[in-house]
Amino acid sequence: MHSEDRRALLLHLVTLAGLFALQFLLPAYHHTNFARIMVLACYAMGYNLLMGYVGLLSLGHAMLFVAGLYGAGLSAEHLGFGPLTAFVTGVVAGSVLSFAVGMIALRTSGVAFMIVTLMFSQAVFLSTLYFSGLTGGDEGFVLQGAARRIHAGSIILDLSNRTTRYNLALLLFSICLMASFALVRSSAGRVFIAIRENEERTVMLGYDSFRYKLLATVLSGTMSAASGAAYALLFAYVGSTFASIQYSILPLLWVLLGGVGTTLGPLFGTAAMFYLIDFTSDYTSSYLLFVGLALVLIVLLFPQGILGTVRAKAAPWLP
Amino acid sequence: MTLLTTRGLSRHFGGLKAVDCVDFTLERGEIRAIIGPNGAGKTTLVGMICGRVVPSAGRIAFEDHDITHLSAWRRVALGIAYTFQITSVFANLSCFDNVALAVQRHATNGLHRSLADEVMQQLDRVGLRHRADVIAATLPYGHQRLLELALGLALQPKLLILDEPTQGLSDAEIAGFCGLVRAVTSEATVLLIEHNMPVVMELAHRITVMENGRILAEGLPDEIRADRDVQRAYLGA
Repeated sequence: MHSEDRRALLLHLVTLAGLFALQFLLPAYHHTNFARIMVLACYAMGYNLLMGYVGLLSLGHAMLFVAGLYGAGLSAEHLGFGPLTAFVTGVVAGSVLSFAVGMIALRTSGVAFMIVTLMFSQAVFLSTLYFSGLTGGDEGFVLQGAARRIHAGSIILDLSNRTTRYNLALLLFSICLMASFALVRSSAGRVFIAIRENEERTVMLGYDSFRYKLLATVLSGTMSAASGAAYALLFAYVGSTFASIQYSILPLLWVLLGGVGTTLGPLFGTAAMFYLIDFTSDYTSSYLLFVGLALVLIVLLFPQGILGTVRAKAAPWLP
Repeated sequence: MTLLTTRGLSRHFGGLKAVDCVDFTLERGEIRAIIGPNGAGKTTLVGMICGRVVPSAGRIAFEDHDITHLSAWRRVALGIAYTFQITSVFANLSCFDNVALAVQRHATNGLHRSLADEVMQQLDRVGLRHRADVIAATLPYGHQRLLELALGLALQPKLLILDEPTQGLSDAEIAGFCGLVRAVTSEATVLLIEHNMPVVMELAHRITVMENGRILAEGLPDEIRADRDVQRAYLGA
């Protein structure tokens, strides 16, 4: 058992080192793309905690992503918060919202859970449009100036600098990845998986499954919000598109593509999907047709996703 | 010493009285078998005891505490463990992870014993030590039943409820199983629902016979064997 733990840990560290090295190799365009991918992969990892490990399929995670996005964006824009305070505000907003929604939505399960989370998320989406005086609605707003400069002693980090941006994205990604890794290896992680596999039996082993599902929802919501807050601060745009249903479906697709219930799957899924869209949209405006086709093929040929297939075929020790 | 009592315990499904006003008492340290024809209410009765089924009326007391309204998971924490009639291990997890889920529930182990050690010891007890890394679903059926038993034992229960544990086991496996259950009584009281009469006669200290949701008779194995009502209702004589 122990050697497998070490091997898995090593793989995670090598992945992080690889991402660090990548910034010296990538041309400018892909450099920014990868910063985006790493931030969005945090969203996918947050989604995966709930869907992949606890087996709860939410269709409303966009509300948690935008809790972070607006929590950071609005506090920076209207309250003059610096990037760090704004980031924390966004993360806290996501934790609080996921706790509140979890208390209600977790009374349901299966299809009802999907619908309840979807409805809450739509309510958040419509609110961002309704309060357009504050949020800018569809058009959103752009963060600039002090909102994008971190003062750390005498050093000033400029978030519009692409090297700074890449490494902050990598820092957030590293924290989320290692937190996920530690979590799924922990006692609580084992209970999450047990709930996914057989909730009734888990209860009869003495676990309050509601409490564990709520914990997973809050952790998932917090990670999703951290991604949203970082997205607002690093890429400077805050708008209600991110609250639309499309952004609830995307993490589901990223996770399916990368491998449900694998710690590294979300990164691969997010990157693959990002470049699939990037590549096809160069050739045609109806690129979603090709994205859809590719996804259907992948689901048919590799129903466990990229890393799920690797795990099943070659590396059963993958966490 | 009384471990568990029920008073007027009932469960009605519509017009059907699955369990009807049952007064049942269990002494600490005994092996009690509940027998009776299909539909007699055995599984519903133990379902109410372990919290899987909500009673329509009546009360349940465990170690002199009223547990009638406690949730199932809290009853497990108090020491009531239930093993399922239909094998219900975590099919996609390894034997190790299955047992670890039960072991980590009570983090009482001292500094010197790690979770892994205790899990291996529990697996050893049912003879599955060498299968620790095997995925539960790929085990033969008899071994899955043993794993189910290991989950129950690993909870270190005061009351272990076994619902038809020998169903589908070979004769050799049944003999091994009986040995395990007898060894358990030093730590736990065992409540056994069982159809296999030789197993019941061999293991049970006392036997409770149910019919139509009520307790028909209760006594030592020899008394039950000789009881005319029981013979008529169940043993088919």
